Amino acid sequence: MLNDSWHSLLLNPLKVNELMKVTRIHLLRRYMVPVAILFGFIPLRTSAQPSPQEIADRSLQAFYYPAADMSVRLSMTLTNSQGKKRQRNMTLLRWNSEKEGDQRYFVYFHSPSDVKGMTFMVWKYRGGDDDRWIFIPSLNMVRRIAANDKRSSFVGSDFTYEDVSGRDVGDENHTLLRTEDLNGRTSFVLESRPVGSAAYARRVSWIDAERWLPLKEEYFDSRDQKVREFTADEVEEIGGYWTITKRSMRNLQTGHRTEVTFSSIEYNVGLEESLFTERYLRQPPRRWIR
Amino acid sequence: MRDSLMRGAVALVSAPMLVLALANPTSVFAQVEISGFAQVNYAARITGTSCASDTACDFLLGEERVQLKLEGFSDDGSAGFKGRLDFFNDAVVGRSGTEVREIYLDLISDYVTFRAGRQIVTWGLGDLLFINDIFPKDWVAFFSGRPLQYLKIGSDALKVDFYPGFLNAEIIVIPFFEPDRYPTGARLIFPDPFPAGLLRRVETKRRSFENVEMSSKLSRYVADWEVAVYLSRTFYRLPAQSLDDSASPVEVHLRFPRLNTFGASLAGAFLDGIVNIEGAYYDSERDRDGSNAAIENSEIKGLVGYSRPIWSEATLGVQGQVERIQEYDSYKANLPVRFRARDELRWTATIRYTQPLFHQSLLLNLFVFSGISEKDGYLISSARYAFTDALWGEVGGNIFFGSDKYYSRFGSFDKNDNIYLSVRYGF
Repeated sequence: MLNDSWHSLLLNPLKVNELMKVTRIHLLRRYMVPVAILFGFIPLRTSAQPSPQEIADRSLQAFYYPAADMSVRLSMTLTNSQGKKRQRNMTLLRWNSEKEGDQRYFVYFHSPSDVKGMTFMVWKYRGGDDDRWIFIPSLNMVRRIAANDKRSSFVGSDFTYEDVSGRDVGDENHTLLRTEDLNGRTSFVLESRPVGSAAYARRVSWIDAERWLPLKEEYFDSRDQKVREFTADEVEEIGGYWTITKRSMRNLQTGHRTEVTFSSIEYNVGLEESLFTERYLRQPPRRWIR
Repeated sequence: MRDSLMRGAVALVSAPMLVLALANPTSVFAQVEISGFAQVNYAARITGTSCASDTACDFLLGEERVQLKLEGFSDDGSAGFKGRLDFFNDAVVGRSGTEVREIYLDLISDYVTFRAGRQIVTWGLGDLLFINDIFPKDWVAFFSGRPLQYLKIGSDALKVDFYPGFLNAEIIVIPFFEPDRYPTGARLIFPDPFPAGLLRRVETKRRSFENVEMSSKLSRYVADWEVAVYLSRTFYRLPAQSLDDSASPVEVHLRFPRLNTFGASLAGAFLDGIVNIEGAYYDSERDRDGSNAAIENSEIKGLVGYSRPIWSEATLGVQGQVERIQEYDSYKANLPVRFRARDELRWTATIRYTQPLFHQSLLLNLFVFSGISEKDGYLISSARYAFTDALWGEVGGNIFFGSDKYYSRFGSFDKNDNIYLSVRYGF
């Protein structure tokens, strides 16, 4: 079996992915990529190895900025250390501004019932504090809220606001530690240290060398204890964009974890800038809220 | 009479919607959603006061309530409706019934939106200090530990919003006057400046064109600041009280005089937080010279607020407000002897501290009004815990400070300090 695999691999490099799916042999997975690299089937980019900065930038682009806009239904499960679960369901709309790095986000909460109909809007600026608004339907009230707390939990989950809407590449200094295989994907292992104050002292990311998505991230505190861990649990190609459709964030200190499943993902649906205004906070755009 | 008219108006607005919806709900409204909650809500007075026989004494509040919320909207989002209907049993005053919180229809296009029916409107920027929000409020609910959403009452109105692009214009026409639910002796204890034993006669506004209220708001962003101006022709929603005959009174008349307001507000990010500035001129049309002691004088009101996150998840908000009585000399000269004169400038400060804990399953909240000029205050504290996604419980307290001998906004409610419990199951 092993010999057959080697043989076909050498004969037909296109079979690499297919083989990985079919055989699922650990040993094979471990050695296939280096061997393939050795035989020149996967370009190692030794000639044009991307800089750590470039890896970080491309990863941010792939993770937070794909397409001109996106519509997605999120299901978020919060599990505490006793296994007690809480669930949040929301629709998220994202629009990329022509001004590079700037984005607008609109979130509509479907459940739990106490927050049903609540909406939340973020105007994200590269290199500056975001603007945020929240709408409370029972009071028919829009409030602008301060946004200098990017490290705060997003709706009680293990994800922070920053995790949800992204960082700027210049917020951290990046170092490429190594290139290694993670679950069959060649990954750049990048260490990023925040330039200013942050909730972590450093983070280590495994970034898919082909799709540029982060497959795993580990966050360390100032005593170099690993405190949080992000994993991309499922990745799918949707509308030509590789998308993490299931992701988890674990707090390793408290045992609390959050799993987020993306469904009904659509890219380039034609969202307009005018959608991201107070008007639609009060009157959610039903065409897009499903 | 007023209530039956109001019910009639609500029925008038809601009937076509119900007929349409019931005839074939899926074709008229592509999506219809039902949700709501069941809730119990109790409040106990902790001041140990003896009360009049017709006042709820040791318990200010004891009620069970179910709210049904029904929403529908067409596939393209151009039409919709919403209804929030409460069924309640109030054990303290021995009453049960229904309350239409909201029922309205929406017609939506790119540039104009119509909303017709009973709707809650919230304008202005103050946090529990209302300047340009001249819409009806339930102060009894607020003082007796009911959830904050019950501070607001719906208005039976037509609201038209225009979005031409360079600004937003909102116009609201309220044909049927709705007063505030102001404190009465049924639940609350406060000093009565009038001789004991007088009957209360509350004005009922005629449903006439003359009594139609109108408000408008124009707003837009200027750089990163939201600028708004407000214009309203309404009535005071708290009653002006006067004796029918000062020599040998039989009744106290409670009237709702005309009020015109002209205001503006400004909000934006500042020093890692949000700053709010709001002001208005209150034109008391019936007492412009300040000679009628029963009716509020015209006033200028202004507030500045600032809120920002302070540490992990916690938010701190502070506000300062000043209210200046116009024609102050006339006001003082005409004030009856039993009343204490307000300062010409009345200063109020507030602090709010909010702290979510345990992944936001526990929410601690503290809000303090400080009546700087009247040397009184009002503290509201609460702790809400979400046992599950569906069920939360909240305990809290409403504590009033100051002298209760005279009328002052908070001090006169000093005998109503209470602790409350709310438990809600949402579905």
